[in-house]
Amino acid sequence: MRGLRAIIARDVTLAFRAGGGSLPAVAFFAVITVLFALAAGPDLTLMSKIAAPIIWTGALFATQISLDQIYRADREDGSLDVIVTTSGELALTAAAKAAAHWLSTGLPLILATPVLAILLNLESEAYLPLLLSLLIGTPGLSLIGSFAAALTVALPRANLLISIIVSPLYIPILIFGAGAAAAGAAGAPQYAANLSLLGAATLFTAVIAPIASAAALRSNMD
Amino acid sequence: MDRADSTAAARLFSARFCAEGVSVSRGGARIVSNISITLEPGDVVILRGPNGSGKTTLLRAFAGLLRIDDGAIRVESAHGSSVSAPVDEPSASLIYCGPQNAAKAALTVDENLRFWAALYDAPEGALETARTAFRLEGYADRLAGALSTGLFRRLGLSRLVLARRPIWFVDEPTASLDASSSETFARYVEDHRAAGGVAVIATHDAFDIAGARKLRLAEEQAA
Repeated sequence: MRGLRAIIARDVTLAFRAGGGSLPAVAFFAVITVLFALAAGPDLTLMSKIAAPIIWTGALFATQISLDQIYRADREDGSLDVIVTTSGELALTAAAKAAAHWLSTGLPLILATPVLAILLNLESEAYLPLLLSLLIGTPGLSLIGSFAAALTVALPRANLLISIIVSPLYIPILIFGAGAAAAGAAGAPQYAANLSLLGAATLFTAVIAPIASAAALRSNMD
Repeated sequence: MDRADSTAAARLFSARFCAEGVSVSRGGARIVSNISITLEPGDVVILRGPNGSGKTTLLRAFAGLLRIDDGAIRVESAHGSSVSAPVDEPSASLIYCGPQNAAKAALTVDENLRFWAALYDAPEGALETARTAFRLEGYADRLAGALSTGLFRRLGLSRLVLARRPIWFVDEPTASLDASSSETFARYVEDHRAAGGVAVIATHDAFDIAGARKLRLAEEQAA
């Protein structure tokens, strides 16, 4: 327990230090959103309609840019050896690494969302559903992403490969997440169903991804 | 001299490490084959051999970081006076100190030490001992990335003092150390032996420990 807490605290600290992944992720998120807004043109009604899907897609991409650092940095400086030799259950350690990624990437993106939503003319009743769907869905993104990071830890410059691996796995979360945000904004009855399915997808990855990450890390030790 | 809590006199642990006919491959090529070694409490083995002879591979396999093709590795250790109560969790009994120092450049010396202390579940006071062991007191708040190579190595080695594991696997400990730091390291190895621990140390410099056994690995045979 002490070790897991220390791993989370260290990873979050590193993410906010120089060279860490948090600030670039938030900046990238803002850039995607602004570019989308510029490309969509000055039609404000169109903009408020596509605001939530834009933010969901932006969050999807922004969580990816720091994924390859989750395990690679630790492998390169030898910390991964310490982490692996001291961890009683490697799957729990993998869960802690994913949690740290979410705290340092997913959470800042959610905090940045209201500001970017103003830019996209999101309707006021759509804020809560959008934020709630991100809160439930983004942990799943970090979990899937950390699995892809574990899978590719031994490969140099795996960033693009990681994106290719995670993108199809992200699809259910994207569909239910953006669906929940849209249904919630419109007051549609599918809101609860979408949120439940989104929660189910995240919980499913929370069980599978750490175990799969541990197996991937072990097979990549050689 | 500031020694490790003057633990030298007390037998802290009783550790045995036994490898039988260990063979390890990497990338499809057999790197080490049929190595057998037994370490009784207090034994230190110096592992020598030319580049490519598999010193690192062997140490990593011993530490459980590489799969072995053949053979068996047994770890037995007990802490304190209760030698009858063996610690069967290998993660609680061994430490691997590789050529990299496992320290984060963006964290300070103290932050790195604290992180390791949590991972190795080091007892209270071990942090202070580790800080003074390799004379890092003056650098506590300096970013590890701003340390010289030798200081960085000293930080990496302080893990050994911090973790208090009975079985040490150390790879090229003295490669970037000055003479006095090498001596410090040798002294900690002596303390470790006296405490009933065992160590396997791979090196290709003149580094030696009095009374240590030698194991020489031959050059890699073409596959």
